[in-house]
This record gives sequence, C-alpha cells and structure tokens, in this order.
Amino acid sequence: MTLRVTNTAKTYPDGTKALLPTELSVAKGEIVSLLGPSGCGKTTLLRIIAGLETPDAGSEIWFGNDNVTSLPVERRKVGMVFQSYALFPNMSVRANVGYGLKMQKLPKDEIESRVTEVLELCQLQEFSGRAIDALSGGQRQRVALARAIAPRPRMLLLDEPLSALDAALREALRDELAMLLREFHITAIFVTHDQDEAMAIADRVAVMSHGHVVQSGTPEELYRNPNSPFVAGFVGNAMRLEGKVAGSTLHLDGGELALPRDGTGHNVFVRAEDVQIDTEGPLNGKVESVTFFGTHYRVGISGIMTDVLTSTYAGQNAPKVGERVEVSIKPEALMLLPEGAEI
Amino acid sequence: MGVRPSPYGHTMTNRTFVLACLTPLFIFSLAFLALPLVRLFLESGSGEAGWAIYLDILRRPRYLNTLVLTVLVSLATTFAALAISTTAGMFLSRNRFRGRGTLLSVLTLPLAFPGVVIGFLIILLGGRQGLVNQLTPGHVVFAYSVIGLFLGYLYFSIPRVLLTVMAAAEKLDPALEEAARTMGASPYRVVVDVIVPGLMPALIASGAIAFATAMGAFGTAFTLATNIDVIPMVIYTEFTLSANIAMASALSIVLGIVTWALLLIARSLSGSTVAAGG
Ligand SMILES: Nc1ncnc2c1ncn2[C@@H]1O[C@H](COP(=O)(O)OP(=O)(O)OP(=O)(O)O)[C@@H](O)[C@H]1O
Ligand SMILES: [Mg+2]
Repeated sequence: MTLRVTNTAKTYPDGTKALLPTELSVAKGEIVSLLGPSGCGKTTLLRIIAGLETPDAGSEIWFGNDNVTSLPVERRKVGMVFQSYALFPNMSVRANVGYGLKMQKLPKDEIESRVTEVLELCQLQEFSGRAIDALSGGQRQRVALARAIAPRPRMLLLDEPLSALDAALREALRDELAMLLREFHITAIFVTHDQDEAMAIADRVAVMSHGHVVQSGTPEELYRNPNSPFVAGFVGNAMRLEGKVAGSTLHLDGGELALPRDGTGHNVFVRAEDVQIDTEGPLNGKVESVTFFGTHYRVGISGIMTDVLTSTYAGQNAPKVGERVEVSIKPEALMLLPEGAEI
Repeated sequence: MGVRPSPYGHTMTNRTFVLACLTPLFIFSLAFLALPLVRLFLESGSGEAGWAIYLDILRRPRYLNTLVLTVLVSLATTFAALAISTTAGMFLSRNRFRGRGTLLSVLTLPLAFPGVVIGFLIILLGGRQGLVNQLTPGHVVFAYSVIGLFLGYLYFSIPRVLLTVMAAAEKLDPALEEAARTMGASPYRVVVDVIVPGLMPALIASGAIAFATAMGAFGTAFTLATNIDVIPMVIYTEFTLSANIAMASALSIVLGIVTWALLLIARSLSGSTVAAGG
C-alpha cells in the first residue's frame, strides 16, 4: 500500500507547532526512515499517520486510494511498534502476538496457526509461553514487532524501535531488524535520531528539522548531495570549511583549494573521510589531537581554518601531536551549498 | 547475603540489627494483638454453653442472619464503591477542567468525618425529618433501613477507593492503550484488557480496605441501625446490655475470621485471573 501525506501539520493545544505543513509519500513495500534531532516532530508525524494524533485542518492522509484522515486508529489497520514496546504485561508472549487477530475475531485455530507462523519468523517459538517480564530487551523488541505484524497491517510504523536497547545490542539488532522488515514485504516507516540506523535499515530517508521534512532520498543521495548545511551536518557529520570563495578557488588560512565549479555565493562542506593527509597536499596545518578508533584514527588539524579540521586516517603510522602535516581534499569531495540555506 | 562484621569492630551484625529494629513491632504485636486475641478466644468459650457457643451462632437466626446481612451489605458497598470510584477516578485523572480540584476535595470530604457524622448526614437526607421525605409527597424514609446503611458505608468508602484508584490510574502507561487501539480494540476491550488489569492491584487493595471497614463499621451503624442489626452492633449490645461477654467474644472472633477469609479468597481469585488473563 502506498502512503501519501499532504499538507499535514500539527499544532498542540498549548500552541506548540510540532509539525509544519508537510508532504511525504511512501511507495508500496518501501521502508522509509524519519531521521532528525530530538523534538523535530518525528513522533508527531508518525502518530498522525497512525491516527493517534489529530492533525490540523487541511491535512490529508491517504492510504492507497482511501482518504483516512478522519478514520480512527482502530480502523486504520496499521501495526505500531512503540518506543517502550508497550507489551501487555498481563498476557503471555503468545497472547500478546495473537491480540490483534483476536480483535479481528478470527477463528481460534486460524489465530493459533498465524501466531505460530509469526513467532517462528521472529525466532520467538521457545518464548511463546513466557511472561513479558521474563524477556530480555532484545526479545521484547521482537515480540513487539511480531505483535504489530501478526494482524497483517497495511503499514508498519516503528517509533525508535532500538532506542530502549544498549549500544552493543542496538547494532546487532539493527541488521536483524532490517532483514526482518524486508522479509515482511510491508510498507514501513520508522523513526530514529541515529543516522547509522536510518542508513542501515531504510530504502529512503526523510530528514526532518524543526517540524519540516528538509530532504528525502536514498541514503547515498543524502550523503553525497545534501541540499542544506543541516542535512550535510546531520547525515555524515560534514564540516564547513571556513574560508573565502573566489571563483572556483577556496582561500583558507592554511592554503588554497580548488573547487569543482564556481563557488560564488556558496558555503563549502567536507567530510572527515575525504580530508587526506598527503605530503603533496596544498594545505598545511598542525596536528592537535590523535584518537585511535581501531579501524582508523581521527586526526584533528589546526591552522587550516579557525576551527579544527578533522581527518580520518586509515594507515598504520598516524602522525604525532604537534607535527606539521600537508592535507589534500579532492575537488569532487567538496560539497557546495548555497549561502543562507541554514535551517 | 553474608553477614559481615562492622568495620568498627562492634559485634552487632546486619542480622541482629534487623532483628533489633523489629523488636518494637514484635513486642507491640504480642502485647496489643496476640495476647488480647488469645484472651478473647478463651473468653468466648467461658460461657454456660462452653465452646458450643460457636454452634449457637450458626443455629440461632438472630446471629446467623445478622452475619449474612453484614457480609452482604459490606460486599455491596465494596462493589458499588469500586464501580463508582473507578469510573470517577479514571475520569478525574484523565481530564483537566475548571473545578476539578474543588470536585476532588468534595469527593474526599468524608475522610474528615467519623462514622457517627456520616450516619447523621444520612439521617438528614433520608430520615423522618429528612430532605427526601420533605420533598416527596409519599413517606420516603430510608435512613434506618439497609439502604441507609448501604449509603452511609458507600459514602465512607468512596474517597478511600477513589484516591487509590487515581494514584494507580496516573501510573498506567498510555502507550498500552494506544497499542491495543492500533490493533483494533474497542473502548470496551481496552478497559477489559488494559485498564482493569493495570488497576487490579489498586482495586484489590482499596476493595479490601472498603470491605474490612464496612464489616467493622460501628459509628455509622450505631446511628442508623435501629430497625436492623449488623454484627458490630450485636457485639456491642451483647457486651453492654446483656453482659454476655462470651457471646460478644465469640461474635468478634467470627467477624474477624469471616472478614479475613473473604479477603483471602478475593486475593487468590484475582491473583489467578491476572495470571490467566489473555
Ligand atoms: N502533547 C504535547 N503537547 C505539547 N507539545 C508537544 C506534545 N507532544 C510533543 N510536543 C512538542 O512537539 C515537538 C515535537 O515532538 P515530537 O515528540 O514529535 O519530537 P520527536 O522528533 O519525536 O523527538 P524525540 O526524538 O525526542 O522523540 C516537541 O517540541 C515537543 O515538545
Ligand atoms: Mg519521538
């Protein structure tokens, strides 16, 4: 089922404009992530799609050819995974997963066979009789997913499904979740404020800021062609090169850099992995800090611009603090974004 | 837990410290609960009938009927108080409106009154000179009947249940209800599957208090029960008027056992429904 959200906004009773008029469409079977910093309105948008929040007048939500804007949540047939999972503590794993089917008043044996199937898919067979409080965080997350998916919803909505887990587990479950979502063949929207999570799971990412969807595209598009400093910074931590643009040259404190095209009226951004320590490089600076990350070093270099410029260094013998180094940046790695596009 | 010696070399260990803390409670229980109870029990067998006095209670309609009536009125009070307070409590904890605070303090006003005053209020409402009797052409006097007693007990119980339910309702996770609703649960199913199980511990605790209070209520009964009898009243009359101390003691013991047994049954029943729920 495709989802189309048009002109949808939300003003809370206290006057907070949590969501400004927003457009979003999600194709059938597509997995879209809503990515953005805390308080930017991701949960609000998700809850409006679910029917848990009433949008402002003029908003429209279409599920395929049905206008569901005024349809209550009970009849929208969406599956939802809550941040806290919201599993029913008074029911077993099996009863939790079967709840939606029970509400649809399906025959008992059909419920049983469907629940068994979903439990198997989510590798929860051995826990089927358990009470909820006897499960680990990761198991709860899978039960929540199984419960949402069991009634065959038209769409799956997930609000930060991994944020209740600790960092190590989160990474492992991220790939598992990505795999499961693809196995379900279902249209899914999931909210996260973690760019790695969004990139790993989603086919398409919609980046949000202050109640707006500022850019939406595949992870690669967002990474390579951000349309605003905000997206460049939020997706892949791009740094602004603070210098003076003159035609297709950028003048920095530590040297001059060739731009891919005429950069007049633009700010220039670069990512740490594109800043190379290179004896032939046109820029010159001093190593301020070296941090070891296992696979690579992060090297902070001063003297090239006012702020410290960060470079990732993958080789064996990283430069020492205090050393002077040459730095090069390939023109195609520079991102030119119009000035005044700050969001 | 291992018992570790105090760093200051005192011989007092964790365990003995805990025991020392419990000593006052132990002495208190012994002096004010256990000993009088034993005495009460011995007293009940000291009458002419001996221990057969308990058979007497079961055989004589005056006692048995009173016991049944007391239990029934208390049960009715408990369920009515739970029903009224749960709906009101849910509403009050979910909605913010002008006058909410005032309404809440009016609803909890009875907490400030002793049973006698509550009985008096019921008489003012449904007695011979009562408000209802004056407003209606027929002679509607209910203060001195079971209905008056029931209303008095109810008035007494509502605030206790209400406050407990409201505290529990504020702790309910709203996401649980939303989860049920996304899966197509009707408002009725949400109440049955989410709200009631979530409130269950509070309902049991406050229901038990309401029931036990009603079983033992004296002040209200003393003012209202002129035409009917409840067990605390009978105990009082046996004790003061008839000086039948054995019977008063036996009835006290029976009242205690019946209340305690019913509370135990309620707790185990609700425990098993919670476990088997869903
Ligand atoms: N019930 C409410 N009443 C008033 N304001 C609200 C309400 N719920 C959310 N807001 C406000 O709306 C804005 C967006 O909230 P929302 O929960 O959608 O953010 P979010 O992007 O999900 O953030 P997070 O990543 O922290 O979950 C915030 O400024 C928040 O304070
Ligand atoms: Mg949120």
